[in-house]
Amino acid sequence: MVDRIVTGAHYGLRDWLIQRVSAVIMALYALFIVGYALYQPHLDYDSWTRMFSSNVLRSFTLLVLLALYYHAWIGVRDIVMDYVKPAGVRLAIHVVVILALLLYVIWSVQILWGM
Amino acid sequence: MNKKRPKFLALHQIKLPLPGMVSILHRISGALLFLALPLLLWMLQCSLRSIETYTELVDNLQHPASKIFLLLVLWAFLHHFCAGIRYLAIDLQFASSLARARSSSRWVLAVSLALMVTVGVWLW
Repeated sequence: MVDRIVTGAHYGLRDWLIQRVSAVIMALYALFIVGYALYQPHLDYDSWTRMFSSNVLRSFTLLVLLALYYHAWIGVRDIVMDYVKPAGVRLAIHVVVILALLLYVIWSVQILWGM
Repeated sequence: MNKKRPKFLALHQIKLPLPGMVSILHRISGALLFLALPLLLWMLQCSLRSIETYTELVDNLQHPASKIFLLLVLWAFLHHFCAGIRYLAIDLQFASSLARARSSSRWVLAVSLALMVTVGVWLW
């Protein structure tokens, strides 16, 4: 009989795939932002905010941030599963990490559309 | 299985091979980036909100402590980025032999450090 604990892994293959897809999305976005910044003759407040004033870039930035948060969740969860043995502590850390990441989602929307 | 088998996990005596170093640094850099997330989001917010918060942020980033923080985050990002691309390449069956795994590990460590120094010099 397999010992199942509530804070164990569930969806190995799905998360494995999401981790890679989100990584590719973030890598492309990072290259785009770095390329855009290097392309600007003067990177100052005006050119920076002009870039983020377009709804297309805002939406893609939010999409990338969502990919980042999911990626971070899988990564942190794997680290915690490997190094934190007691199930209670593990659950507590998982809950804190999930709540933090959900707050970052809300915060990201506020940053991008509240400027 | 013999439950009483001896375990020799003397961490200070274990010398990781190069791909193992890249792997554990991938974890450490990922954890660092996760912990840095609120500060990075706060910086993004300051940079976008208004010209006052933008100049305030630029001033704050001149402080030596924030430069060290930025450099650390930069290394974590670059190492995580390069090591991640290496893992994607391995998934696609590139670099599957031991010799290529070693040489690609060396490349990951070298490229991320070199890029960190380059961007660091360019920033200051």
